[in-house]
Amino acid sequence: MATWRPDPSFYPSPRMAAKAPKETLAYVAAFDPERARPDAIAVVDVDPTSPSYSQIVAQVDMPNVGDELHHFGWNACSSCLCPNAPHPHVERRYLVVPGLRSSRLHIIDTKPDPRNPKIIRVIEPSEIAEKANYSRLHTIHCGPEGIYVNALADRDGNAPGGIFLLDHESFDVLGQWEMDRGPQKLAYDFWWHLGHDTLITSEWGTPDTFENGLVPEVLLGSKYGRRLHFWDLHKRKHLQEIDFGEEHQLVFELRPAHDPTKAYGFVGCVISLKDLSASIWTWYRDGDQWAVKKVIEIPAEPADPDLLPPVLKGFGAVAPLVTDIDLSMDDRFLYVSCWGTGDMIQYDVSDPFAPNETGRVRIGGIVSRATHPKAANGALNGGPQMVEISRDGKRVYFTNSLYGAIDPQFYPDGIDGWMVKLDVNEGGGIAFDENFFVDWPKGHRPHQVRLEGGDCSSDSYCYP
Amino acid sequence: MTTFWPWLSLAGLGAFHGLNPAMGWLFAVALGLHRQSRRTVWLSLVPIAIGHAISIATVLVVVIAFGAALDLDSFRLAAASLILGLAAYGAVYGHRHRVRVGMRTGMAGLAFWSFLMATSHGAGLMLVPAMLSICLADRSGDLAIPMASSLPVALAALAVHSGVMLAVIAAVALAVFEWLGLAALRSAWINFDRLWTLALGATGIALLVQ
Repeated sequence: MATWRPDPSFYPSPRMAAKAPKETLAYVAAFDPERARPDAIAVVDVDPTSPSYSQIVAQVDMPNVGDELHHFGWNACSSCLCPNAPHPHVERRYLVVPGLRSSRLHIIDTKPDPRNPKIIRVIEPSEIAEKANYSRLHTIHCGPEGIYVNALADRDGNAPGGIFLLDHESFDVLGQWEMDRGPQKLAYDFWWHLGHDTLITSEWGTPDTFENGLVPEVLLGSKYGRRLHFWDLHKRKHLQEIDFGEEHQLVFELRPAHDPTKAYGFVGCVISLKDLSASIWTWYRDGDQWAVKKVIEIPAEPADPDLLPPVLKGFGAVAPLVTDIDLSMDDRFLYVSCWGTGDMIQYDVSDPFAPNETGRVRIGGIVSRATHPKAANGALNGGPQMVEISRDGKRVYFTNSLYGAIDPQFYPDGIDGWMVKLDVNEGGGIAFDENFFVDWPKGHRPHQVRLEGGDCSSDSYCYP
Repeated sequence: MTTFWPWLSLAGLGAFHGLNPAMGWLFAVALGLHRQSRRTVWLSLVPIAIGHAISIATVLVVVIAFGAALDLDSFRLAAASLILGLAAYGAVYGHRHRVRVGMRTGMAGLAFWSFLMATSHGAGLMLVPAMLSICLADRSGDLAIPMASSLPVALAALAVHSGVMLAVIAAVALAVFEWLGLAALRSAWINFDRLWTLALGATGIALLVQ
């Protein structure tokens, strides 16, 4: 229902959003890799003054099994205040939760009781196939024309993947977003610069090349995604493609600057075929074109082959595997998850072309198996993966699982889920909150985290 | 006295349209903030007012053409049905449309945007009862609107409405850009979509009972 006043969680600018009240709840997607029991959205208490701090206080089970919940998002956010398409009297209320494997969309109502959300609607894959011709739903963003959902494949599981629109109140599937997709075929992540009328997409692969795990021949043949695509956000037209070259594979998570006047952002490249390093690139406006520059390279770490999974044994090294990144609301700190080595690295990116490492913690990791002060079992597996930052930038949450079929390729003993929290120093530097460790219940692995009222990868802003 | 109220209502609707952030002052402020330029705020108001005025003018011309061809009762019924239909659509489906103009727009894009916003929200239709009562004041014959005298009236109506609208968007844009800041949006931005739907509904009913 529409309200008389704008939703209090909408902020005109990232500066104002950074002053938002602290979150007290986190919603976390959790999936069963065996696909035997339903996946779930868990509600985690993140209020340090609460007796149930650092505990799962509720869980919404999906109606089916095998969805593979992955990323999810809000029905509406601060972009509703944009001047060219204002509709700020919708509520940020519903979580839009897709199944990456099932292509099913779940709408979860977080009101009236945010600690006890409920599924209110399920959109079946057949409806999405019929109205938008897509499947394998991946990322959700609320934006100027409603809810944008991207999909990694067409209805039959082939290229092209792309984006479709969902009405942000009725949740009707409105159809494909693209009007002219140019050369774009593969899909992975997407986001935009509202101040520059530009949408950006990245690439992974078609479902046959990831649903049973990464395929070494495809990877070594440089056939996974390695391009960025730039689009006119309102004409819905492909404008430019940037190829990172044969050496770089899996160009994944896109984090544009929150300040809408800035025309740059960061993308992580999971692996270099040359030396297993991972890299962070900055895209930026160069004249009337977009350009990219590699600004961080994280090297692989030599390791005893006996400790390595088969896929890495021959290399004698642990790849950092940068699988997620996140940018703080003030565009100052970039957090980089190294799922292979177990590092979470904080960079000061005030100068987006000259990042400066300001903090690093290690937990889990293929070889290091680093522990946490509150962990009962000393050797943790999995590594820093989906990372989310509070709006004020003072708290960082992350979980340890990547994707059901890929987890065992790098962690053959299995992954025992956990979720942890970092406290951030004002001028840089990160440390574990020793009282926050969610030892995830067996049978589920945690993935993306969304924070109550919004976080650093859900809202976009039209005003500086 | 009978001819005073319709003019006041045209002016009042100009103020109402101008106050609505979705009709342009907010866009002007946003562009000023993006380009860090007070001049941009002022310049942007011009195409916004022009786009709005063209939309209103188009509606008034169409209304006069129909009014000059239909008898009064048929005209009232036709206009009221259209207006109430638009109000009902707004109430049921909301005011969301395809977004065609973004933050990099130039002045022509702004005028186009303003024209689309005013037209799709039925800004011109809201003026029909006021227009009609002015025209009825010196009516002769069965037709709703006497063609000869109505064009100057329509021009005057357009000038009054657009003049007040421009004055209001300028005042609000100035106040927000210079003093209030955008934080005020968070609490002061009441649901104009709902007010707008109510206003359209009232317009349709007024036309029926006029």
